[in-house]
Amino acid sequence: MSDLTPVRRDDVAASHVVPGDADVRDWIALLKPRVMSLVVFTGLIGLLIAPGHLHPVLGFTAVLCITVAAGACGAINMWYDRDIDAVMRRTQSRPIPQGRIMPGEALGFGVVLAVASVLLMYLATNVAAASVLALSIMFYVFVYTMWLKRRTPQNIVIGGAAGAFPAVIGWAAVTGSIDLMPLILFGIVFFWTPPHFWSLALWANDDYERAGVPMLPVVAGAKETRKQIVIYTLLLVPLSLLPCVLGFAGVIYGATALLLGLGYVWQVWLVARDRQDERGVSLTKDAPAKAAFKYSIVYLFVLFGALPIDRLFG
Amino acid sequence: MTAMARDLSPLSKAESDAVARRRRGRNWAMFVVLLLLCAIFYAITWVKMTKS
Repeated sequence: MSDLTPVRRDDVAASHVVPGDADVRDWIALLKPRVMSLVVFTGLIGLLIAPGHLHPVLGFTAVLCITVAAGACGAINMWYDRDIDAVMRRTQSRPIPQGRIMPGEALGFGVVLAVASVLLMYLATNVAAASVLALSIMFYVFVYTMWLKRRTPQNIVIGGAAGAFPAVIGWAAVTGSIDLMPLILFGIVFFWTPPHFWSLALWANDDYERAGVPMLPVVAGAKETRKQIVIYTLLLVPLSLLPCVLGFAGVIYGATALLLGLGYVWQVWLVARDRQDERGVSLTKDAPAKAAFKYSIVYLFVLFGALPIDRLFG
Repeated sequence: MTAMARDLSPLSKAESDAVARRRRGRNWAMFVVLLLLCAIFYAITWVKMTKS
């Protein structure tokens, strides 16, 4: 990785950049709050639908630990990816490329948060939840960020496992074990991740190309990416019905999963049928891919949200 | 630009005030985090002791 050259903030180009003088908001940005929200949500769902009882204080602490661990992963990821963040339009304004937070500070921040979250999880819940949390952090940092992301277009596929852990952690926090149901939730997030990120990658293709990140559209082209999006979505939809088929969830969840799944298949069908030139480049500025990306977020939130509702009223 | 190219001339009054404001913000944030951590450890201990 190349050495980082901090870039000044555009709005204060003429003023000083004082090392370690970041705003509180910069430190929060380092935690990737938007990514955290998904992780917190799936972790909370795992916790809510698990059989058994966990004291609300311990449940809150478990969710907090998952949140902090996700933030720690974000900070370590930003430390490692600071060189490519500086050349990608989407990430140029992050605190490290802008020089507001020094790389070493971000790394220290991330490591301290990661260790603290695992220890606190162990103290509050059990060794199983703490172990899976530690495994998810290591998987995200070492397997996804450091190993796969820059080497293979399958980065998102295997790296997606890191984002699939929270539901398992939430479940383990209550039960102290890992059963079939959290593994199905793991599978749903795992198969949801590639079409979600590849939709984004279709219209952020130039950014990834400039940064040299081998995302699927960069390596295999837009046509192949659209095909893969359809394949993964077609695998995801039946998998999302498994909790209902195996009796872990009822009709409310089943109907929600089916309707959402049909909607998602329609969205990716539009992506596949997008008007494109002979190289597969979209002539509609990837409007269907943008729509599919937004839909995928709603899809996962509503699908997982249906599980506790089903448990409550089903 | 070198790896750490920075303007080392003295800060202006406005910049100095901005630095102080950001430092105050960080201190308050750290205070809140530590307070929350104490509260969590207290609550966890209380719950665990009650259970046992």
